[in-house]
Amino acid sequence: MLNDLDKLKSQAIAELQSITDANSIEDWRVAYLGRKGKLTQILRGLSTLPIEERKAVGAAANDIKVLLDEELNKRHRAIKEASLDGGAQAIDVTLPGRTVPLGRLHPTTQIIRQINDAFTSMGFEVVEGPEVESDYYNFEALNIPKDHPARDMWDTIWISRDEASPTLLRTHTSPMQVRVMEKRQPPVRVVVPGRCYRYEATDATHESIFFQIEGLAVDKGITFADLKGTLYEFAKRLFGAERKVRFRCDYFPFVEPGVDMSIDCFVCGGKGCRLCSNTGWIEILGAGMVHPNVLRGVGYDSDIYTGFAFGLGVERIFMLKHGIDDIRLFYGDDLRFLKQF
Amino acid sequence: MKVSINWLKDYVDVIIPAADLAHKLTMSGNEVEGMEVIGAAWDKVVVGHVVALEPHPDADRLRLATVELGGEQMTVVCGAPNVQVNDKIAFARVGAKLIDGHSGEAMELRPAKIRGVVSSGMVCSEMELGMSDNHNEIIVLSPDAPVGMPLAEYMGDTVLDITVTPNRADCLSILGIARETAALTGKTMTMPEVKYTEDGEPIDKSVSVAIADPDLCYRYCASLITGVKIGPSPEWMQRRLLASGMRPISNIVDITNYVMLEYGQPLHAFDYERLPGGKVIVRRGKGEKLTTIDDVDRKITPHMLAIADEKNPIALAGVMGGEASEVNEKTTTILLESANFNSENIRRTAQAMKMRSEASLRFEKGLSPELAFYAVRRATQLIVELTGGVAAKGIVDVYPAVVKYAPISLTGDRVRQVLGTDIDQDEMVGVLETLGFECERKSTVELLVSVPYWRTDVSLPVDLIEEIARITGYDQIPTTLLSSEIPQNESHPMLAFKDKVRDILVGCGMQEIITYPLVSRETLDKISAPEPIRLLNPLSAEQEYLRTSLKPSMLMKVADNEKHEQSLGLFEIGRIYLSRENELPDEREVLMGSITGQRGQKTWNTASATVDFYDAKGILEVLFGRLGVDAAFEPAEDETLVKGRCASIAVAGQAIGVIGQLDPRVAEWYEVSSDPVYLFEIELDKLLPLVEPLGEYTPIARFPGSTRDISLLVDIDLPSQKVQHIIEDTKLVSSVAPFDVYTGDKLPAGKKTLAYSIVYQSSERTLTDKEVNKVQDGLLKRLQKTLGVTLRQ
Repeated sequence: MLNDLDKLKSQAIAELQSITDANSIEDWRVAYLGRKGKLTQILRGLSTLPIEERKAVGAAANDIKVLLDEELNKRHRAIKEASLDGGAQAIDVTLPGRTVPLGRLHPTTQIIRQINDAFTSMGFEVVEGPEVESDYYNFEALNIPKDHPARDMWDTIWISRDEASPTLLRTHTSPMQVRVMEKRQPPVRVVVPGRCYRYEATDATHESIFFQIEGLAVDKGITFADLKGTLYEFAKRLFGAERKVRFRCDYFPFVEPGVDMSIDCFVCGGKGCRLCSNTGWIEILGAGMVHPNVLRGVGYDSDIYTGFAFGLGVERIFMLKHGIDDIRLFYGDDLRFLKQF
Repeated sequence: MKVSINWLKDYVDVIIPAADLAHKLTMSGNEVEGMEVIGAAWDKVVVGHVVALEPHPDADRLRLATVELGGEQMTVVCGAPNVQVNDKIAFARVGAKLIDGHSGEAMELRPAKIRGVVSSGMVCSEMELGMSDNHNEIIVLSPDAPVGMPLAEYMGDTVLDITVTPNRADCLSILGIARETAALTGKTMTMPEVKYTEDGEPIDKSVSVAIADPDLCYRYCASLITGVKIGPSPEWMQRRLLASGMRPISNIVDITNYVMLEYGQPLHAFDYERLPGGKVIVRRGKGEKLTTIDDVDRKITPHMLAIADEKNPIALAGVMGGEASEVNEKTTTILLESANFNSENIRRTAQAMKMRSEASLRFEKGLSPELAFYAVRRATQLIVELTGGVAAKGIVDVYPAVVKYAPISLTGDRVRQVLGTDIDQDEMVGVLETLGFECERKSTVELLVSVPYWRTDVSLPVDLIEEIARITGYDQIPTTLLSSEIPQNESHPMLAFKDKVRDILVGCGMQEIITYPLVSRETLDKISAPEPIRLLNPLSAEQEYLRTSLKPSMLMKVADNEKHEQSLGLFEIGRIYLSRENELPDEREVLMGSITGQRGQKTWNTASATVDFYDAKGILEVLFGRLGVDAAFEPAEDETLVKGRCASIAVAGQAIGVIGQLDPRVAEWYEVSSDPVYLFEIELDKLLPLVEPLGEYTPIARFPGSTRDISLLVDIDLPSQKVQHIIEDTKLVSSVAPFDVYTGDKLPAGKKTLAYSIVYQSSERTLTDKEVNKVQDGLLKRLQKTLGVTLRQ
């Protein structure tokens, strides 16, 4: 009997070694270890054996069962590994994947976020304000009285020109300087993204409806040097650490001294090209130290408090970063444009 | 303002190349936008002297001119009628680069045989030299032009085109730019020497001036010049006017323009003979008519200031002269006006009349009354020198209230407070003095600064600080980061909320768009939007109103994009503008969304399908889910949406928006051809306050749930939500979702089946089958009782 068992073991192992696929392995298992398998039969037949023989054969049969189970597992794994290593599971990985629909933020939203982030990390707070404004906030309170020649700098779309309460579509985000300061005491540090309107023909570089970001920092001890440093930091974050900036004198009635900031042209590196109109510099924002008249107008003591303000065209920044030559693409909302960003 | 460098050199030594000067001017506030070099192409063009003129043997209208070129003579064919023996002319040698007088194209001069005579050179017109389009006459140079000198050396120039900021009226003049140049290059400028003899009668005998409205006219100066001979102005003056972009007209007009460009003070010359009694009254209009020199009849209202004789206006003050008193070729006596007017009033008048002239542009920026006197003397001098006129004795000068300005105290502390750096007092004084300010040193830390009359823009210490900073250079100021306290931020929930909504929708595969808030009336009326606010001066009829709905713009963008997209999922977060009584409009934030076309991309392994209502609703459910709000969708009606495919959306019982399928008739009007299109509109101002902050967390269930599927037979028009609510409200039900909706022949008429998958779960123990069965039996009974719903076997 023990001899038979030994033969069965050798036969089973020899058969198993020659098997190379998962189906045959299952057949083998059924043939030897299944309910009607050869080994099972032997174990079942134990009861017919004399008691002393039963013990020895039972123990041997059990050992063989354990061994065959082990061998079966080993063979299983070997076949699977051979299949993986052999590339039998290969698919065409060059076919496109099953995508989920891809949504995107409008470029204006994207660039406003980037600009906001640059300033919020320097302690500025983001606020918004009304687009329909009074003449007072858009002009008067910003040191631009009625019939001031500087009003030519902002061609205006009017809602009402009635003497008592002239109303307009804000021509810049600067009115929020006044609205913010009226509501709080220094220190103030805000940036104001928002839509602005000008009575201006639209072309590749001018939109009559566009977005600006205004900035304002007022406190004791804020200086022109801080203005330069803050805006330089902003330029580096938006355009890269290697950018150079240039500050020149400019005029806006609500600041003094007034500033125009340019960055060195990243297309020609300052040599002069079409983008920078051969100057080597690209104007990106207007700024200056808040005019004492504006501070006084909101009840701040202009002998104690100083501050700086700036304003920049949002679309222009994005256009510069991505070589876009027509501002009208922004609100044309052609998906073939929007999907690129 | 176009500035000739040659002209500038009369008053300041220009020691740096024009390009460097342009850079310095730009950096200090006078932006140079362009630079034109006159004579850059005048190689091989020299000053010539016509020594002989012979008729052409073979052509009546041509002549042969012999030209002395300095040690060399050439004879060339000349067609211009104005050339005369002894004229100094511009002579182009063979090889010169000229503009063809007939075609206007660039050409190189070659020897030519003209009617049998060889001509190796040319006597040039302005056009051939690229100076103007005058091709009929040759240029006649001044008699003292040195023969043989290259023309570029004799009359070449560089002209800077400067954009002067509105505060710097003084820089709208050669002298102003000369002063800037001096300060920027460490030089000193000189003023024109104004000296002439007054050989005529005392002016008081023939001229009287009265200012009736001293609030509108601060000063009126006048001189009288008799025996004037009207003719062209000298060539040098014409050249400077041309370089400045002004056309020469006659000596008198040219002189007034020349002095305006030089000093920045507009002047006006009247024909004295046409001024009855020599009486000038400066007064408001009375509604009279005045024919201005541009031959237009204009009504002078009481809001406008007129220069009048005893009866009628003769000029619109500061804006334009009248035809009746205009200088003409017969004029012999000139009354020259140099006045100072109220800048706001001039600006209003010029705008009302739509006549922004060189004069009004200067007046409206606010000139000093002092300037009027200096300019009238300078112009009188030039008239005496250049027209053979005789100046009357004295100047009429009516100056009712002499303006005095107090000096400004400037302390070192203030300079540091504004600039963030110390500037040496000597350096400040140096800069201010080259600009014409007078500095008195009160102490080592305080200056008392007197402002020169021409700097009407300077009145505060910060104005002086800007002067110092811009001349020493902004690049000299250090660069520091803000070191003051960071303010306490206030919270702005709407800003964060909008950004969150954007991000969620983008995550749902939607593309954000931004459209114009200005739309046409029609587009709003078509969807019965609320009454919009109209603009007073719209740019176009398409942008005449402030939108009261985002729907029209959204539909137009669908129409624009549907041609080239398989599917569209667009959203916009924008404002609508609702008018309010006695207040600025209510600007409300609205979310508008639309989907149409394919659900996802049709690919090799994905079947394509058209989007439906539930795609749109699903997006909103994701949105509300992420925001943590519980929104209820109820059947509703909307004029723009298909009946029965529209739901109102409410949160906490408050309506916040609507969703539905676009009515194809509305779609057609907006030229949307996609069908179906699903729209949703959410009022973010209403939704935001209903969004509650995240509460405490729910522990993860420790015991397994038991899932049961049930299929219910219900009336066909029973909204699923009613069934679901009852299931949800049942105890031990932790979640429920419909998994099948069936209508068809196999069911009794007027019925459908709704199948739900329900999970029963307890946080305390594992539920037994018996427990679950008991709860579900109760649930089915309730459904039967309240909705007449039965279990489908």
